[in-house]
Amino acid sequence: MLLSLRDVTKTYPGAEAPVLQRISLDLHAGEMLALTGESGSGKSTLLHLTGGLDTADRGIVAIDGTDLTPLDDPGRAALRRGTVGVIFQQFNLIPSLTVAANIAFQARLAGRYNPDRVQRLTTRLGLGDHLGKYPEQLSGGQQQRVAIARTLAPQPRLVLADEPTGNLDEATADTVFALLCELVAETGAGLILVTHSERLAARLGRRLHLRAGQLT
Amino acid sequence: MTRTIFSALFSHWRRNPLHLITLLAGLALGTALWSGVQAINAEARASYDAAAATLGEGTYAQIVAQDGAAIPQQTYVGLRRAGWLVSPVVEGDLGRVRIVGIDPLTAPRGIGPVSVGGGADLGAFVTGTGQILARADTLAALPETDATVIITPDVAPNTAIVDIGLAQRLLGRAGQIDRLIVLPEQPIKRRPLDTIAPGLIETAPPDSSEVARLTDSFHLNLTAFGLLSFVVGLFIVHGAIGLAFEQRRPMVRTLRALGVPLRRLIWLMAVELATLGLIAGLVGVALGYVVAAALLPDVAATLRGLYGADVSGQLTLRPAWWISGLAIAVGGTAVASAGALWSLARMPLLASAQPRAWVMARQGVALSMLSLTLLMLAGGLAIWGQGLSAGFIMLGALLVGGALALPPLLTLALRFGQARARSPVAQWFWADTRQQVPGLSLALMALLLAMTANVGVSTMVSSFRLTFVGFLDQRLASELYVSATDAAQAERIAAVAMAQGVVVLPILAVDAKVAGQPAEIYGARDHATYRDNWQLLRAVPDAWSVLARGEGVLVNEQLYRRADLDLGTMVPIAPGLELPIVGIYGDYGNPVGQVILNDAVFTRQFPDVTALRFGLRLDPSKVDAFRAALRDQAGVADSAMVDQAVIKAMSLSVFERTFTVTTALNILTLAVAGFAMLMSLLTLAVMRLPQLAPVWALGLPRRRLAALDLLRAVVLAALTGALALPLGLALAWALLAVVNVEAFGWRLPMYLFPMDYLRLGALALLAATLAALWPAWRLSRMPPTQLLGVFRNER
Repeated sequence: MLLSLRDVTKTYPGAEAPVLQRISLDLHAGEMLALTGESGSGKSTLLHLTGGLDTADRGIVAIDGTDLTPLDDPGRAALRRGTVGVIFQQFNLIPSLTVAANIAFQARLAGRYNPDRVQRLTTRLGLGDHLGKYPEQLSGGQQQRVAIARTLAPQPRLVLADEPTGNLDEATADTVFALLCELVAETGAGLILVTHSERLAARLGRRLHLRAGQLT
Repeated sequence: MTRTIFSALFSHWRRNPLHLITLLAGLALGTALWSGVQAINAEARASYDAAAATLGEGTYAQIVAQDGAAIPQQTYVGLRRAGWLVSPVVEGDLGRVRIVGIDPLTAPRGIGPVSVGGGADLGAFVTGTGQILARADTLAALPETDATVIITPDVAPNTAIVDIGLAQRLLGRAGQIDRLIVLPEQPIKRRPLDTIAPGLIETAPPDSSEVARLTDSFHLNLTAFGLLSFVVGLFIVHGAIGLAFEQRRPMVRTLRALGVPLRRLIWLMAVELATLGLIAGLVGVALGYVVAAALLPDVAATLRGLYGADVSGQLTLRPAWWISGLAIAVGGTAVASAGALWSLARMPLLASAQPRAWVMARQGVALSMLSLTLLMLAGGLAIWGQGLSAGFIMLGALLVGGALALPPLLTLALRFGQARARSPVAQWFWADTRQQVPGLSLALMALLLAMTANVGVSTMVSSFRLTFVGFLDQRLASELYVSATDAAQAERIAAVAMAQGVVVLPILAVDAKVAGQPAEIYGARDHATYRDNWQLLRAVPDAWSVLARGEGVLVNEQLYRRADLDLGTMVPIAPGLELPIVGIYGDYGNPVGQVILNDAVFTRQFPDVTALRFGLRLDPSKVDAFRAALRDQAGVADSAMVDQAVIKAMSLSVFERTFTVTTALNILTLAVAGFAMLMSLLTLAVMRLPQLAPVWALGLPRRRLAALDLLRAVVLAALTGALALPLGLALAWALLAVVNVEAFGWRLPMYLFPMDYLRLGALALLAATLAALWPAWRLSRMPPTQLLGVFRNER
């Protein structure tokens, strides 16, 4: 089992109701899961807990059998470096690094930098002509492709994508989505994709809907 | 991983060189200001001390010829044979350098090549062609000689120390001596001076005057200025580092999201800042040297000596000085970045994007509370504080509290402006200006402190000058001061004076303990000299007449404060004599208490005390003639007669230099604050595009926006200046009435100088306008595509 969530509950300070209530789910390696729901339903929170970006109040979040709950900040940081890759809606590229340096960045952090793999990724994502540019010189679609390349370069076991096409037009979103699924499938990693788009969600093998902090 | 993180952190500076320059310049300028002031301070101390330390002037009794002529070398030999432990000195000018020839083998400890020069060799000094010890600039001014020159930083400026034989040769005065230094320890059995050398007289070490002691106060004030400049520098550094962190918040969040551990990130940022602090510190120390050298052109070369110059004249910085400069830079960086690193350490990974306005509002309330607390602490210490430490804590609390009060007060004033604005553009202007306050607050605080320092230090120094000049007029009212060697000579002096119709004011003094304090009791003759010139701080009606009748005493401020005395308090002068205090006088610089009695009362009480010092009142044009008469008829040596005009001129020239330095430092501090403002405005110019672009899109041309930006800087500077004035006056008051009193026991009166403040206000507005000019110009020329970028979400 790649990912296992058991009775995960999370309440934000000052909030009346928990944002997530006793969530349980499993994900196998190579499996792709679409997570949909209204704004504020807890999709991003679930993703953040899974990626070790935040901690649950109760329950167990385990990746490859390792429980994240007792991990401290360095432990969770190590998980994000090596096992999990997160793709953000706002791209979160480092503006002062070139495209090439951004793509190589996480792989270098994880100590798994492979120039050949990076080159293959950039070619597949159509970024070959932009490697010397800075993020601000790219369009939104190009920036998201750089973010995908950065996430996949260290070959994470689990990819978490938080509305990766939310800032893109429909045509670009389709292209980026297809590339992401294709590349993740090639690595055999698991994928959880948070999206508002019913159309894109329908294209993944498995789909879950969050409503008021509970899976339906 | 470390290397990868560093590459990301440094990439920010590579892509944003202006931000890097802001940070480095802020740090370097802060360090430069601090180390420059420290260098000037140290230099001033060195200048004051060097002459006395090198030559023993003011420390030892001297033997000179009664007629002021040279002493034959044979006489010196005769004195030594008779048991007198004396050491010869020959002096004279060679070019524009004062040559002082000494005999290192007989000179007292502390005088001579062994004490003054690290590179001096006693053997080489006295034999062969000899050595010349002097500062590098003095040596450069010396004519060519065959002696070896040794750069000796500790020698007094414009003075060269040589062996007496070499001095006689260089000055063409073979066999002649000017004076003999009398060593403190003398054999009990030695023949009287007049039996060995009838033409010679022994003079006591000159009294270290009140004027000299005033320099201690001056140094304290310079130290306070150093502290002020450091605080200004700290605010600049804090501003620069705060901006650096603010700009990199998104990067920090991304790095953490990608798996960089928080602790490692903080450590690496601390290392990064320490490195930058070190680099900026090096630049700052070098700049500080340049600043100090530029501010003291007449002692620039001397400064080289302070830092330890080598023979070639190349600049070699003294390790202790530049290390302390670097420590200040790195320490200042640590202090300034501690808050930013702390907030980074506590920043939740996912909460970094919380609304900044809310954070700033919360910080604003906290800072207002802190400011209020600090100002109350300063007020409390001003009323109840005791001791010098309390004085300095009060000073710090006042400055930091005042600075922290600036943003909330500015916000209040701008809100007031907004409420009264009618046109939409005016309303937007006030609202937008208010929105800029958090981003500009640190630069404005630096400007506030710079202006405060300006007002405070200018007021203090100018008050000091006025008081000092008045004090000189009061204390040096007599045209000539004469010291007699013994009672017989004193009588001869009085006789000569009487014959020429000169008024003699004997200075009768005895050391005693009054009201439990060490004090000097003086007997003063009732004369217009005192009545007309002495300003009493407090007095009973017709105090001088009461004093003349012998029915009261005057005490100096030091005794009045230390012994907790008051007008009317009975002071026990001696057994059986107790008199009330009828007046209190300022006695700036004197470390001990003083009591003044009528001379008749004094003589009755202390019949054994003879006046050996006199103030003489005569027509100033006849001073030279009268000096000659005293020399010829009473055998008074030239060194025993002091013309008050000379003392006044010398003292005033020392202080004029101080004022020049202070004025220049004031301007420099203001310029540095202006620079901090420029950097903040440049950084903000990029960050606030999203606020300007909509207004531009709604129809306000770029040029109009730029003009409003310029006006905004002027308004903010003017409001800052309005707060700086009362804060600066409070600072001056604290320095004059609290720190000085705690340090020296006397209080300097405070005067106001409105024209100076107006000039300063104009300068501050000019600095703010200049700082805003470039960002405004850039805004006026900004391509529309850049403004449109805001709407395309491509920024």
